[in-house]
Amino acid sequence: MTSTPRAVTIVGASLAGLNAAEALRRDGFEGPVTLIGAEDHPPYDRPPLSKQVLAGDWEPERAALTDVEELEDDDIEARFGLRATGLDLDARELALHTGETVSFDGLVIATGARCRTMPGTDGLSGVHVLRSLDDCLALRADLEAAPQRVVVVGAGFIGAEVAATARGRGLEVTVVEALPTPLGRVLGDEMGSVCAEVHRDHGVDLRTGVGVDRIEGDHRVERVVLSDGATVDADVVVVGIGVIPNTEWLEGSGVQLDDGVVCDASCLVAERVTAAGDVARWPNQLFGETMRVEHWDNAAAQGAHAARRLLDEGTGPFAPVPWFWSDQYDRKIQLAGRVRPDDDVRVVNGSVDERRFAAIYGRAGRITGVLGFNRPRHVMRYRALIEQGASFAEALAADF
Amino acid sequence: MRIVVDFDLCESNAVCMQIAPDIFEVRDDDFLYILNETPGEADRSRVEECVQRCPKQAISIAGD
Ligand SMILES: Cc1cc2nc3c(=O)[nH]c(=O)nc-3n(C[C@H](O)[C@H](O)[C@H](O)COP(=O)(O)OP(=O)(O)OC[C@H]3O[C@@H](n4cnc5c(N)ncnc54)[C@H](O)[C@@H]3O)c2cc1C
Ligand code: SF4
Repeated sequence: MTSTPRAVTIVGASLAGLNAAEALRRDGFEGPVTLIGAEDHPPYDRPPLSKQVLAGDWEPERAALTDVEELEDDDIEARFGLRATGLDLDARELALHTGETVSFDGLVIATGARCRTMPGTDGLSGVHVLRSLDDCLALRADLEAAPQRVVVVGAGFIGAEVAATARGRGLEVTVVEALPTPLGRVLGDEMGSVCAEVHRDHGVDLRTGVGVDRIEGDHRVERVVLSDGATVDADVVVVGIGVIPNTEWLEGSGVQLDDGVVCDASCLVAERVTAAGDVARWPNQLFGETMRVEHWDNAAAQGAHAARRLLDEGTGPFAPVPWFWSDQYDRKIQLAGRVRPDDDVRVVNGSVDERRFAAIYGRAGRITGVLGFNRPRHVMRYRALIEQGASFAEALAADF
Repeated sequence: MRIVVDFDLCESNAVCMQIAPDIFEVRDDDFLYILNETPGEADRSRVEECVQRCPKQAISIAGD
Protein backbone atom coordinates (compact mmCIF):
# COMPACT_ATOMS: atom_id res chain seq x y z
CA MET A 1 0.00 0.00 0.00
CA THR A 2 1.24 3.46 -0.83
CA SER A 3 0.58 6.27 1.57
CA THR A 4 -0.89 9.62 0.69
CA PRO A 5 1.69 12.25 -0.23
CA ARG A 6 3.12 14.65 2.32
CA ALA A 7 3.29 17.42 -0.27
CA VAL A 8 1.85 17.86 -3.76
CA THR A 9 3.49 19.60 -6.71
CA ILE A 10 1.44 20.47 -9.77
CA VAL A 11 3.12 21.18 -13.11
CA GLY A 12 1.02 23.36 -15.42
CA ALA A 13 -0.75 26.35 -13.87
CA SER A 14 -3.87 26.61 -15.95
CA LEU A 15 -7.39 25.25 -15.61
CA ALA A 16 -6.60 21.63 -14.71
CA GLY A 17 -3.68 22.53 -12.46
CA LEU A 18 -5.58 25.20 -10.58
CA ASN A 19 -8.57 22.94 -10.07
CA ALA A 20 -6.24 20.27 -8.72
CA ALA A 21 -4.71 22.72 -6.24
CA GLU A 22 -8.08 24.01 -5.11
CA ALA A 23 -9.51 20.50 -4.75
CA LEU A 24 -6.61 19.50 -2.48
CA ARG A 25 -7.44 22.36 -0.14
CA ARG A 26 -11.19 21.80 -0.33
CA ASP A 27 -10.66 18.18 0.62
CA GLY A 28 -8.70 19.26 3.66
CA PHE A 29 -5.17 18.45 2.52
CA GLU A 30 -2.85 20.35 4.85
CA GLY A 31 0.56 19.63 3.36
CA PRO A 32 2.43 22.00 1.06
CA VAL A 33 0.91 22.54 -2.39
CA THR A 34 3.13 24.02 -5.12
CA LEU A 35 1.86 25.12 -8.53
CA ILE A 36 4.55 25.49 -11.20
CA GLY A 37 3.66 27.09 -14.54
CA ALA A 38 5.57 28.14 -17.63
CA GLU A 39 3.52 31.27 -18.26
CA ASP A 40 4.21 34.51 -16.43
CA HIS A 41 0.52 35.09 -15.70
CA PRO A 42 -1.51 33.61 -12.86
CA PRO A 43 -4.04 31.06 -14.19
CA TYR A 44 -6.58 32.54 -16.60
CA ASP A 45 -9.48 31.23 -18.61
CA ARG A 46 -8.89 30.42 -22.29
CA PRO A 47 -12.43 30.40 -23.75
CA PRO A 48 -12.75 34.22 -23.66
CA LEU A 49 -9.52 34.50 -25.69
CA SER A 50 -11.37 33.67 -28.91
CA LYS A 51 -14.55 35.44 -27.79
CA GLN A 52 -14.93 38.43 -25.44
CA VAL A 53 -11.24 39.37 -25.07
CA LEU A 54 -10.53 39.01 -28.79
CA ALA A 55 -13.65 41.02 -29.58
CA GLY A 56 -12.40 43.81 -27.33
CA ASP A 57 -15.47 43.53 -25.08
CA TRP A 58 -13.42 42.38 -22.11
CA GLU A 59 -10.14 43.60 -20.80
CA PRO A 60 -7.77 40.67 -20.31
CA GLU A 61 -8.00 40.94 -16.51
CA ARG A 62 -11.57 39.68 -16.68
CA ALA A 63 -10.35 36.31 -17.91
CA ALA A 64 -8.33 35.73 -14.73
CA LEU A 65 -9.27 32.53 -12.88
CA THR A 66 -7.60 33.61 -9.67
CA ASP A 67 -4.98 36.03 -8.42
CA VAL A 68 -1.86 35.94 -6.30
CA GLU A 69 -3.72 36.93 -3.10
CA GLU A 70 -6.31 34.20 -3.51
CA LEU A 71 -3.59 31.63 -4.03
CA GLU A 72 -1.83 32.89 -0.92
CA ASP A 73 -5.06 32.68 1.08
CA ASP A 74 -5.35 29.03 0.08
CA ASP A 75 -1.71 28.53 1.00
CA ILE A 76 -0.84 27.46 -2.55
CA GLU A 77 2.75 28.29 -3.43
CA ALA A 78 2.68 29.63 -6.97
CA ARG A 79 5.81 29.68 -9.10
CA PHE A 80 5.19 31.22 -12.50
CA GLY A 81 7.51 31.58 -15.48
CA LEU A 82 9.15 28.22 -14.80
CA ARG A 83 9.14 25.39 -17.32
CA ALA A 84 9.68 21.80 -16.24
CA THR A 85 12.23 20.14 -18.52
CA GLY A 86 12.59 16.71 -16.94
CA LEU A 87 11.13 14.25 -14.48
CA ASP A 88 13.03 11.67 -12.43
CA LEU A 89 10.53 9.27 -10.88
CA ASP A 90 13.09 7.37 -8.80
CA ALA A 91 14.69 10.41 -7.23
CA ARG A 92 11.28 12.15 -7.24
CA GLU A 93 12.77 15.29 -8.74
CA LEU A 94 11.74 17.77 -11.40
CA ALA A 95 14.23 19.64 -13.54
CA LEU A 96 13.36 23.24 -14.43
CA HIS A 97 14.56 25.28 -17.41
CA THR A 98 16.58 27.45 -15.04
CA GLY A 99 18.74 24.45 -14.12
CA GLU A 100 17.13 24.18 -10.71
CA THR A 101 15.89 20.81 -9.49
CA VAL A 102 12.84 20.58 -7.28
CA SER A 103 11.96 17.51 -5.26
CA PHE A 104 8.36 16.40 -5.02
CA ASP A 105 6.32 13.74 -3.33
CA GLY A 106 2.88 13.74 -4.97
CA LEU A 107 2.70 15.09 -8.53
CA VAL A 108 -0.10 16.23 -10.84
CA ILE A 109 0.85 16.58 -14.51
CA ALA A 110 -1.29 19.30 -16.08
CA THR A 111 0.82 20.75 -18.88
CA GLY A 112 -2.02 20.94 -21.38
CA ALA A 113 -1.43 21.42 -25.07
CA ARG A 114 -0.07 23.94 -27.54
CA CYS A 115 -1.08 24.87 -31.07
CA ARG A 116 0.15 23.08 -34.12
CA THR A 117 1.87 25.58 -36.43
CA MET A 118 2.32 25.79 -40.21
CA PRO A 119 5.85 25.04 -41.35
CA GLY A 120 7.70 27.95 -42.91
CA THR A 121 5.82 30.69 -41.08
CA ASP A 122 8.41 31.39 -38.40
CA GLY A 123 9.31 35.04 -38.28
CA LEU A 124 6.51 36.07 -40.65
CA SER A 125 4.56 38.75 -38.83
CA GLY A 126 0.79 38.73 -39.07
CA VAL A 127 0.60 34.93 -38.78
CA HIS A 128 -0.98 33.86 -35.50
CA VAL A 129 -2.03 30.89 -33.45
CA LEU A 130 -4.35 31.26 -30.47
CA ARG A 131 -3.72 29.47 -27.23
CA SER A 132 -2.33 31.91 -24.66
CA LEU A 133 -3.27 35.35 -23.44
CA ASP A 134 -0.17 36.72 -25.16
CA ASP A 135 -1.30 35.11 -28.45
CA CYS A 136 -4.72 36.69 -27.99
CA LEU A 137 -3.38 40.18 -27.34
CA ALA A 138 -1.05 39.99 -30.34
CA LEU A 139 -3.91 38.90 -32.60
CA ARG A 140 -6.24 41.48 -31.10
CA ALA A 141 -3.74 44.24 -31.87
CA ASP A 142 -3.55 43.06 -35.48
CA LEU A 143 -7.35 42.96 -35.79
CA GLU A 144 -7.60 46.46 -34.33
CA ALA A 145 -5.30 47.75 -37.06
CA ALA A 146 -8.20 47.33 -39.54
CA PRO A 147 -6.73 44.70 -41.85
CA GLN A 148 -8.21 44.33 -45.34
CA ARG A 149 -8.66 40.59 -44.99
CA VAL A 150 -8.25 37.96 -42.29
CA VAL A 151 -7.63 34.39 -43.39
CA VAL A 152 -8.38 31.62 -40.92
CA VAL A 153 -6.78 28.28 -41.66
CA GLY A 154 -8.93 25.46 -40.27
CA ALA A 155 -12.66 25.59 -39.55
CA GLY A 156 -12.51 23.70 -36.26
CA PHE A 157 -14.08 25.25 -33.19
CA ILE A 158 -11.27 27.73 -32.50
CA GLY A 159 -11.04 28.77 -36.17
CA ALA A 160 -14.81 29.17 -36.31
CA GLU A 161 -14.84 31.38 -33.22
CA VAL A 162 -12.01 33.55 -34.50
CA ALA A 163 -13.85 33.93 -37.82
CA ALA A 164 -17.04 34.90 -35.97
CA THR A 165 -15.25 37.40 -33.75
CA ALA A 166 -13.43 38.96 -36.71
CA ARG A 167 -16.74 39.27 -38.61
CA GLY A 168 -18.18 40.86 -35.48
CA ARG A 169 -15.47 43.50 -35.83
CA GLY A 170 -16.66 44.09 -39.39
CA LEU A 171 -13.60 42.55 -41.01
CA GLU A 172 -13.54 40.55 -44.25
CA VAL A 173 -12.83 36.93 -43.43
CA THR A 174 -11.87 33.91 -45.52
CA VAL A 175 -11.85 30.49 -43.86
CA VAL A 176 -9.92 27.67 -45.55
CA GLU A 177 -10.83 24.14 -44.54
CA ALA A 178 -9.24 21.01 -45.99
CA LEU A 179 -12.25 18.80 -45.26
CA PRO A 180 -15.29 18.94 -47.54
CA THR A 181 -17.41 20.08 -44.56
CA PRO A 182 -16.20 21.94 -41.49
CA LEU A 183 -16.11 19.65 -38.44
CA GLY A 184 -17.21 16.79 -40.72
CA ARG A 185 -14.93 14.40 -38.87
CA VAL A 186 -16.49 15.35 -35.57
CA LEU A 187 -20.15 16.06 -36.26
CA GLY A 188 -20.67 14.21 -39.53
CA ASP A 189 -21.43 15.85 -42.86
CA GLU A 190 -25.06 16.75 -42.18
CA MET A 191 -24.36 18.80 -39.05
CA GLY A 192 -21.02 19.99 -40.41
CA SER A 193 -22.96 21.54 -43.31
CA VAL A 194 -25.11 23.43 -40.84
CA CYS A 195 -21.93 24.93 -39.35
CA ALA A 196 -20.78 25.85 -42.88
CA GLU A 197 -24.06 27.64 -43.59
CA VAL A 198 -23.84 29.58 -40.35
CA HIS A 199 -20.51 31.01 -41.52
CA ARG A 200 -21.81 31.81 -44.99
CA ASP A 201 -24.93 33.47 -43.52
CA HIS A 202 -22.59 35.80 -41.71
CA GLY A 203 -20.64 36.76 -44.79
CA VAL A 204 -17.60 34.53 -44.40
CA ASP A 205 -15.90 33.41 -47.60
CA LEU A 206 -15.67 29.73 -46.68
CA ARG A 207 -13.46 27.55 -48.90
CA THR A 208 -13.83 23.85 -48.16
CA GLY A 209 -12.09 20.78 -49.53
CA VAL A 210 -8.95 22.77 -50.17
CA GLY A 211 -5.75 22.86 -48.18
CA VAL A 212 -3.15 25.55 -47.66
CA ASP A 213 -0.01 25.03 -49.64
CA ARG A 214 2.01 27.88 -48.18
CA ILE A 215 1.81 31.28 -46.59
CA GLU A 216 3.80 33.96 -48.36
CA GLY A 217 5.13 37.36 -47.52
CA ASP A 218 8.26 39.37 -47.03
CA HIS A 219 8.62 39.86 -43.24
CA ARG A 220 4.87 40.44 -43.08
CA VAL A 221 2.28 38.03 -44.45
CA GLU A 222 0.86 38.98 -47.86
CA ARG A 223 -1.05 35.99 -49.18
CA VAL A 224 -2.10 32.42 -48.62
CA VAL A 225 -1.57 29.99 -51.48
CA LEU A 226 -4.11 27.18 -51.57
CA SER A 227 -3.54 23.62 -52.71
CA ASP A 228 -5.62 24.21 -55.83
CA GLY A 229 -3.31 27.05 -56.84
CA ALA A 230 -5.69 29.88 -55.87
CA THR A 231 -4.28 32.71 -53.74
CA VAL A 232 -6.03 34.77 -51.11
CA ASP A 233 -4.51 38.11 -50.12
CA ALA A 234 -4.23 38.42 -46.36
CA ASP A 235 -2.91 40.92 -43.80
CA VAL A 236 -3.65 38.62 -40.91
CA VAL A 237 -3.62 34.81 -40.88
CA VAL A 238 -4.83 32.72 -37.97
CA VAL A 239 -3.81 29.09 -38.00
CA GLY A 240 -6.25 26.84 -36.13
CA ILE A 241 -5.25 23.33 -37.09
CA GLY A 242 -5.33 21.57 -33.75
CA VAL A 243 -3.10 21.11 -30.75
CA ILE A 244 -0.25 18.91 -29.56
CA PRO A 245 -0.07 17.78 -25.92
CA ASN A 246 2.91 19.18 -24.00
CA THR A 247 4.73 15.98 -23.09
CA GLU A 248 8.29 16.54 -24.36
CA TRP A 249 9.52 17.19 -20.84
CA LEU A 250 8.44 13.68 -19.85
CA GLU A 251 10.34 11.84 -22.57
CA GLY A 252 12.65 9.20 -21.14
CA SER A 253 11.15 9.56 -17.66
CA GLY A 254 9.39 6.20 -17.74
CA VAL A 255 5.99 7.88 -17.93
CA GLN A 256 4.12 6.24 -20.80
CA LEU A 257 3.37 8.69 -23.63
CA ASP A 258 0.95 8.17 -26.50
CA ASP A 259 -0.45 11.42 -27.86
CA GLY A 260 -0.67 12.54 -24.23
CA VAL A 261 0.23 11.11 -20.83
CA VAL A 262 -1.23 7.64 -20.44
CA CYS A 263 -3.19 7.23 -17.20
CA ASP A 264 -5.30 4.47 -15.72
CA ALA A 265 -9.06 4.85 -15.34
CA SER A 266 -8.61 6.83 -12.13
CA CYS A 267 -6.05 9.26 -13.69
CA LEU A 268 -3.05 7.58 -12.03
CA VAL A 269 0.19 7.67 -14.07
CA ALA A 270 2.73 6.21 -11.64
CA GLU A 271 3.02 5.90 -7.89
CA ARG A 272 1.69 9.14 -6.41
CA VAL A 273 1.63 10.75 -9.87
CA THR A 274 -1.59 11.66 -11.68
CA ALA A 275 -2.45 13.67 -14.81
CA ALA A 276 -5.39 15.81 -15.90
CA GLY A 277 -6.72 18.09 -18.59
CA ASP A 278 -5.76 18.42 -22.26
CA VAL A 279 -2.54 16.45 -21.70
CA ALA A 280 -4.14 13.32 -20.17
CA ARG A 281 -5.20 10.18 -22.03
CA TRP A 282 -7.22 7.74 -19.99
CA PRO A 283 -9.74 4.93 -20.41
CA ASN A 284 -13.18 6.42 -19.87
CA GLN A 285 -15.13 3.42 -18.61
CA LEU A 286 -18.48 4.95 -19.44
CA PHE A 287 -17.59 4.69 -23.13
CA GLY A 288 -15.18 1.74 -22.97
CA GLU A 289 -12.73 3.88 -24.88
CA THR A 290 -9.41 5.58 -24.26
CA MET A 291 -9.67 9.31 -24.83
CA ARG A 292 -7.93 12.65 -24.51
CA VAL A 293 -10.39 15.49 -24.23
CA GLU A 294 -9.64 19.15 -25.02
CA HIS A 295 -12.56 20.83 -23.29
CA TRP A 296 -12.90 23.27 -20.44
CA ASP A 297 -15.31 21.18 -18.38
CA ASN A 298 -13.06 18.15 -18.63
CA ALA A 299 -9.94 20.00 -17.52
CA ALA A 300 -11.72 21.44 -14.49
CA ALA A 301 -13.32 18.17 -13.39
CA GLN A 302 -10.34 15.98 -14.15
CA GLY A 303 -7.99 18.35 -12.32
CA ALA A 304 -10.06 17.90 -9.18
CA HIS A 305 -10.29 14.14 -9.72
CA ALA A 306 -6.53 13.76 -10.20
CA ALA A 307 -5.92 15.63 -6.94
CA ARG A 308 -8.39 13.47 -5.06
CA ARG A 309 -6.81 10.35 -6.46
CA LEU A 310 -3.53 11.35 -4.82
CA LEU A 311 -5.20 11.79 -1.45
CA ASP A 312 -7.38 8.71 -1.54
CA GLU A 313 -6.50 5.46 -3.29
CA GLY A 314 -10.14 4.49 -3.16
CA THR A 315 -11.02 7.28 -5.62
CA GLY A 316 -12.95 5.60 -8.42
CA PRO A 317 -12.65 5.90 -12.17
CA PHE A 318 -13.02 9.24 -13.92
CA ALA A 319 -15.89 8.58 -16.32
CA PRO A 320 -17.71 11.74 -17.36
CA VAL A 321 -19.69 12.49 -20.51
CA PRO A 322 -17.42 14.96 -22.36
CA TRP A 323 -19.15 18.27 -22.98
CA PHE A 324 -18.20 21.61 -24.45
CA TRP A 325 -19.64 24.78 -25.82
CA SER A 326 -18.58 27.10 -28.60
CA ASP A 327 -19.97 30.58 -29.14
CA GLN A 328 -20.10 31.63 -32.79
CA TYR A 329 -21.94 34.77 -33.88
CA ASP A 330 -25.13 34.69 -31.82
CA ARG A 331 -25.21 30.90 -31.62
CA LYS A 332 -24.25 28.79 -28.64
CA ILE A 333 -23.21 25.44 -29.97
CA GLN A 334 -22.83 22.61 -27.49
CA LEU A 335 -21.82 19.04 -27.96
CA ALA A 336 -21.97 16.31 -25.31
CA GLY A 337 -20.96 12.69 -25.61
CA ARG A 338 -18.64 10.83 -27.88
CA VAL A 339 -19.95 10.98 -31.42
CA ARG A 340 -18.57 9.59 -34.65
CA PRO A 341 -19.24 11.04 -38.08
CA ASP A 342 -21.10 7.92 -39.21
CA ASP A 343 -23.45 7.80 -36.22
CA ASP A 344 -27.17 8.01 -36.86
CA VAL A 345 -28.25 11.67 -36.39
CA ARG A 346 -31.81 12.82 -35.64
CA VAL A 347 -33.10 16.30 -34.95
CA VAL A 348 -35.26 15.95 -31.84
CA ASN A 349 -36.18 19.51 -31.06
CA GLY A 350 -36.45 22.90 -32.74
CA SER A 351 -35.57 23.78 -36.29
CA VAL A 352 -32.31 23.46 -38.19
CA ASP A 353 -33.38 26.27 -40.53
CA GLU A 354 -33.78 28.64 -37.60
CA ARG A 355 -30.49 27.34 -36.17
CA ARG A 356 -32.17 26.55 -32.87
CA PHE A 357 -32.29 22.82 -32.46
CA ALA A 358 -31.08 19.74 -30.65
CA ALA A 359 -29.93 16.65 -32.54
CA ILE A 360 -29.00 13.33 -30.99
CA TYR A 361 -26.49 10.80 -32.22
CA GLY A 362 -26.82 7.04 -31.91
CA ARG A 363 -24.78 3.95 -32.64
CA ALA A 364 -25.38 0.27 -31.94
CA GLY A 365 -28.71 1.06 -30.32
CA ARG A 366 -27.29 3.53 -27.80
CA ILE A 367 -27.38 7.30 -27.63
CA THR A 368 -23.79 8.51 -28.12
CA GLY A 369 -24.15 12.25 -28.13
CA VAL A 370 -26.20 15.39 -28.41
CA LEU A 371 -25.57 18.56 -30.40
CA GLY A 372 -27.40 21.76 -29.56
CA PHE A 373 -27.65 25.09 -31.29
CA ASN A 374 -29.00 27.45 -28.64
CA ARG A 375 -30.51 24.48 -26.81
CA PRO A 376 -28.52 24.22 -23.56
CA ARG A 377 -31.38 22.73 -21.61
CA HIS A 378 -31.85 19.90 -24.09
CA VAL A 379 -28.14 19.24 -24.28
CA MET A 380 -27.98 18.79 -20.53
CA ARG A 381 -31.06 16.55 -20.43
CA TYR A 382 -29.73 14.27 -23.17
CA ARG A 383 -26.31 14.37 -21.57
CA ALA A 384 -27.90 12.81 -18.50
CA LEU A 385 -29.39 10.06 -20.70
CA ILE A 386 -25.95 9.39 -22.18
CA GLU A 387 -24.57 9.09 -18.68
CA GLN A 388 -27.27 6.55 -17.83
CA GLY A 389 -26.38 4.50 -20.92
CA ALA A 390 -29.88 4.98 -22.39
CA SER A 391 -30.84 3.30 -25.64
CA PHE A 392 -31.23 5.38 -28.80
CA ALA A 393 -34.92 4.44 -28.93
CA GLU A 394 -35.44 5.62 -25.36
CA ALA A 395 -33.67 8.91 -26.14
CA LEU A 396 -35.74 9.41 -29.31
CA ALA A 397 -38.91 8.86 -27.31
CA ALA A 398 -37.92 11.29 -24.55
CA ASP A 399 -39.73 14.60 -24.53
CA PHE A 400 -37.86 17.47 -22.91
CA MET B 1 -28.21 29.57 2.49
CA ARG B 2 -29.22 31.86 -0.33
CA ILE B 3 -28.20 31.36 -3.94
CA VAL B 4 -26.95 34.38 -5.86
CA VAL B 5 -26.37 34.26 -9.62
CA ASP B 6 -24.54 37.06 -11.37
CA PHE B 7 -26.65 37.25 -14.50
CA ASP B 8 -24.06 39.45 -16.22
CA LEU B 9 -21.71 36.49 -16.10
CA CYS B 10 -24.17 33.63 -16.61
CA GLU B 11 -24.27 32.38 -20.17
CA SER B 12 -27.11 29.90 -19.74
CA ASN B 13 -25.11 26.80 -20.49
CA ALA B 14 -27.15 24.80 -17.96
CA VAL B 15 -24.27 23.08 -16.17
CA CYS B 16 -25.92 23.96 -12.85
CA MET B 17 -29.22 22.61 -14.09
CA GLN B 18 -27.69 19.24 -14.81
CA ILE B 19 -26.41 19.00 -11.25
CA ALA B 20 -29.49 20.41 -9.53
CA PRO B 21 -32.52 20.52 -11.86
CA ASP B 22 -34.83 21.20 -8.90
CA ILE B 23 -32.94 24.42 -8.16
CA PHE B 24 -31.80 25.75 -11.55
CA GLU B 25 -33.61 25.69 -14.87
CA VAL B 26 -32.64 27.10 -18.26
CA ARG B 27 -35.85 27.65 -20.20
CA ASP B 28 -36.52 27.90 -23.91
CA ASP B 29 -36.03 31.66 -23.80
CA ASP B 30 -32.35 30.84 -23.04
CA PHE B 31 -32.47 32.42 -19.60
CA LEU B 32 -31.58 30.76 -16.35
CA TYR B 33 -34.26 30.72 -13.65
CA ILE B 34 -33.59 29.93 -10.03
CA LEU B 35 -36.44 27.69 -8.93
CA ASN B 36 -35.44 27.68 -5.28
CA GLU B 37 -33.34 30.58 -4.07
CA THR B 38 -33.10 29.35 -0.49
CA PRO B 39 -32.55 25.60 -0.50
CA GLY B 40 -32.01 23.78 2.78
CA GLU B 41 -28.74 22.53 4.22
CA ALA B 42 -29.39 19.08 2.73
CA ASP B 43 -28.78 20.63 -0.70
CA ARG B 44 -25.57 22.39 0.24
CA SER B 45 -23.13 19.92 -1.31
CA ARG B 46 -24.99 19.93 -4.62
CA VAL B 47 -25.14 23.73 -4.69
CA GLU B 48 -21.43 23.88 -3.85
CA GLU B 49 -20.80 21.57 -6.78
CA CYS B 50 -22.72 24.01 -8.99
CA VAL B 51 -20.59 26.88 -7.70
CA GLN B 52 -17.41 24.98 -8.59
CA ARG B 53 -18.55 23.64 -11.92
CA CYS B 54 -20.12 26.80 -13.36
CA PRO B 55 -17.76 27.71 -16.22
CA LYS B 56 -18.45 31.41 -15.64
CA GLN B 57 -18.11 31.41 -11.86
CA ALA B 58 -21.51 33.07 -11.85
CA ILE B 59 -23.00 31.32 -8.83
CA SER B 60 -22.29 32.13 -5.21
CA ILE B 61 -23.81 31.28 -1.86
CA ALA B 62 -24.78 34.10 0.48
CA GLY B 63 -25.74 33.98 4.14
CA ASP B 64 -23.57 31.12 5.33
C1 LIG C 1 -8.86 30.24 -27.55
C2 LIG C 1 -9.46 29.07 -26.85
C3 LIG C 1 -10.85 29.00 -26.70
C4 LIG C 1 -11.44 27.91 -26.07
N1 LIG C 1 -12.78 27.86 -25.95
C5 LIG C 1 -13.37 26.80 -25.35
C6 LIG C 1 -14.78 26.73 -25.23
O1 LIG C 1 -15.52 27.62 -25.67
N2 LIG C 1 -15.32 25.65 -24.62
C7 LIG C 1 -14.56 24.63 -24.14
O2 LIG C 1 -15.10 23.67 -23.60
N3 LIG C 1 -13.20 24.67 -24.22
C8 LIG C 1 -12.60 25.73 -24.82
N4 LIG C 1 -11.22 25.78 -24.93
C9 LIG C 1 -10.42 24.65 -24.40
C10 LIG C 1 -10.01 24.83 -22.93
O3 LIG C 1 -9.58 26.12 -22.70
C11 LIG C 1 -8.92 23.82 -22.61
O4 LIG C 1 -9.50 22.54 -22.67
C12 LIG C 1 -8.29 24.05 -21.25
O5 LIG C 1 -7.59 25.26 -21.22
C13 LIG C 1 -7.35 22.91 -20.87
O6 LIG C 1 -6.76 23.19 -19.63
P1 LIG C 1 -5.40 22.52 -19.14
O7 LIG C 1 -5.12 23.10 -17.80
O8 LIG C 1 -5.50 21.05 -19.29
O9 LIG C 1 -4.30 22.93 -20.21
P2 LIG C 1 -3.79 24.36 -20.70
O10 LIG C 1 -4.87 25.36 -20.55
O11 LIG C 1 -3.18 24.13 -22.03
O12 LIG C 1 -2.64 24.74 -19.67
C14 LIG C 1 -1.44 24.09 -19.56
C15 LIG C 1 -0.47 25.03 -18.86
O13 LIG C 1 0.74 24.33 -18.61
C16 LIG C 1 1.83 25.14 -18.95
N5 LIG C 1 2.96 24.27 -19.31
C17 LIG C 1 3.14 23.55 -20.44
N6 LIG C 1 4.30 22.86 -20.39
C18 LIG C 1 4.86 23.16 -19.19
C19 LIG C 1 6.07 22.74 -18.55
N7 LIG C 1 6.90 21.88 -19.13
N8 LIG C 1 6.34 23.25 -17.32
C20 LIG C 1 5.48 24.11 -16.72
N9 LIG C 1 4.34 24.53 -17.28
C21 LIG C 1 4.03 24.05 -18.50
C22 LIG C 1 1.34 25.95 -20.12
O14 LIG C 1 2.11 27.12 -20.28
C23 LIG C 1 -0.10 26.24 -19.69
O15 LIG C 1 -0.19 27.38 -18.91
C24 LIG C 1 -10.61 26.86 -25.56
C25 LIG C 1 -9.22 26.93 -25.72
C26 LIG C 1 -8.64 28.01 -26.36
C27 LIG C 1 -7.16 28.06 -26.54
S1 SF4 D 1 -23.66 26.93 -14.82
FE1 SF4 D 1 -23.24 29.10 -14.51
S2 SF4 D 1 -23.23 29.98 -16.56
FE2 SF4 D 1 -24.21 27.99 -16.71
S3 SF4 D 1 -26.39 28.40 -16.51
FE3 SF4 D 1 -25.64 27.89 -14.47
S4 SF4 D 1 -25.09 29.88 -13.60
FE4 SF4 D 1 -25.31 30.22 -15.78
